[in-house]
Amino acid sequence: MSPKKAKSEPASVFSPALAARFDALVQKYPVRRSALIPMLLYAQDEVGYLSDAVVAEIARRIGITELEVRNVATYYSMLRFKPAGEFNIQVCTNISCMLRGAYEVYERFREELGVGPNGVTADGLFSLEEVECIGACCWAPAIQVNYEFHDELKPDLVPGILSGYRGKAKQKGKTPDA
Amino acid sequence: MPRLVSHPDEVKIVSRRFGMGATNIDRYIELGGYEAVKKCLAQGPDWIVEEMKASGLRGRGGAGFSAGMKWSFVPKQSAKPKYILVNGDESEPGTCKDHLIFLHDPHSVIEGTIVAGLAVGAKMGFIYLRGEYRYLLEIMERAVADAYDRGFLGKNIFGTENEFQIITQTGAGAYEVGEESALMESLEGKRGIPRIKPPFPAVVGLYGGPTVINNAETIATVPHIINMGGAPYAAVGTPRNGGTRLFCISGHVERRGVYELPMGYSLKKMIYDVAGGISGGRKLKAVVPGGSSTPVLLPEEIENVGMDFDQVGKAGSMLGSGGVVVIDDQTCIVEFALRTISFYAHESCGWCIPCREGTDWLKKSLTRFHAGFGTRSDIDNIQYLAENMLGRTFCPLGDAAAMPTIAFVKKFRKEFEDHLNGKPCPYAREGVPQLTVV
Repeated sequence: MSPKKAKSEPASVFSPALAARFDALVQKYPVRRSALIPMLLYAQDEVGYLSDAVVAEIARRIGITELEVRNVATYYSMLRFKPAGEFNIQVCTNISCMLRGAYEVYERFREELGVGPNGVTADGLFSLEEVECIGACCWAPAIQVNYEFHDELKPDLVPGILSGYRGKAKQKGKTPDA
Repeated sequence: MPRLVSHPDEVKIVSRRFGMGATNIDRYIELGGYEAVKKCLAQGPDWIVEEMKASGLRGRGGAGFSAGMKWSFVPKQSAKPKYILVNGDESEPGTCKDHLIFLHDPHSVIEGTIVAGLAVGAKMGFIYLRGEYRYLLEIMERAVADAYDRGFLGKNIFGTENEFQIITQTGAGAYEVGEESALMESLEGKRGIPRIKPPFPAVVGLYGGPTVINNAETIATVPHIINMGGAPYAAVGTPRNGGTRLFCISGHVERRGVYELPMGYSLKKMIYDVAGGISGGRKLKAVVPGGSSTPVLLPEEIENVGMDFDQVGKAGSMLGSGGVVVIDDQTCIVEFALRTISFYAHESCGWCIPCREGTDWLKKSLTRFHAGFGTRSDIDNIQYLAENMLGRTFCPLGDAAAMPTIAFVKKFRKEFEDHLNGKPCPYAREGVPQLTVV
């Protein structure tokens, strides 16, 4: 049960920063396991998804089984076991957004990207997802690109949003040909 | 960035500091911040609970239970540590008020949490935000760190013997975690499945200790009540419904936004005056008064309804979470019902069979029905199925899915019947893609 380093411990998939964040986090709670859900999300932010290695490492660091980690992780809709695009586009289509044209916005993203629900573009830059209410009902229709909100959208604003993120990717120097 | 709105009828109490830079701790103090905690440190726990009871503040998450009463249920003596848990897992469709509180006034949440801690004798509080609110979590984390730096949190808050610690926590996407016992499960690192009650959280809650769980808006209101006094706060609202409320007006109205209005404010005025009426000069078809779980109201049903828990209840619906969703006359109610139930089918945690299976069957029936493959008996079956979910689940999610469905069928039976003539939706808006499978 001890999370202390054993001799046979495999190499960490966490960056030093993430490992430090984990160590600080578990200290805060009365119970170590309370860090599980935040850590799953933070690890996913860094690695891109919950790979087998991530699940194993979190289980080891918290001191629970991999099965327990998976049991919890499969419950939460933001957690995924497959890679998404570098920019995961989440279009809210719940009632308030639907009334303001969310499905038209969603369709436009589909056309522009050429991918369907939960699809990833060939260059790995974008993925598209239809999501439930994201708490931006009064500024509908709204989307999130990773954690960034865009609100009061219209289909015609879609190309501009996409080129904005393509530009960001280029700046980071890891863009495939756009 | 969420747009702020205002209207002359607003009474800004909770939203007083919105747009004033109060995320900065110095600015917050300049605007009267942290005075409530000082007052409470001087007055003591019994006084706090009495003021809270006098305020008539009822839970802003949706259940509308008296906050002061809730606090008074926590036993004075406890072998296990007591906790304050702030529910910022805002996920009820139509609701986006906590979003603005975290964005504009994070210290009010911290201050309210400390006051709640002093009232019940807790030394630790948790502020739980839904996973999607990462940028708001970062604002909260910053505010908590600043409060620690000033000695407002820690071993000796404000230089007294009182200890209070706050931990911010992120969820990872789950509507059900907004239910109080599921929220505790999630915070303990588990699946967000509700607990059987009793025991209630006030007696056995987080980590087995007595726990007060309040909605973020409820907690953000607390410092204002302490500052202005319980009775004056209550006087702003209607009898048994103290104070103001953040109403989130969305859908087919001209000026959508979050408005702080006195409890009991006319729903009709809210739609036609405050929010500027129906978009594009169209007509009102229906309104969902308190988030997607609340039964829909017809235009003739809102004539004399004031927006407080009792009046909306009498009109046949619920005040819920304050999410007012306005629907115009070009909307297909079957489609709206389908989108609503699809949400609950997605979010059901799967523990109770009537909810897990019921939401899924309703979704399938409504999908087929909306696509033009329904039969006459489907209409009654949909209502019958929903009625048999009522009261048969451990948490309110089953009811939350069933109640609006029943209301849609009962109040819009003709629209359902009109879908029987073999064509896909006769109410489809022109040029809008048909919602077939969600």
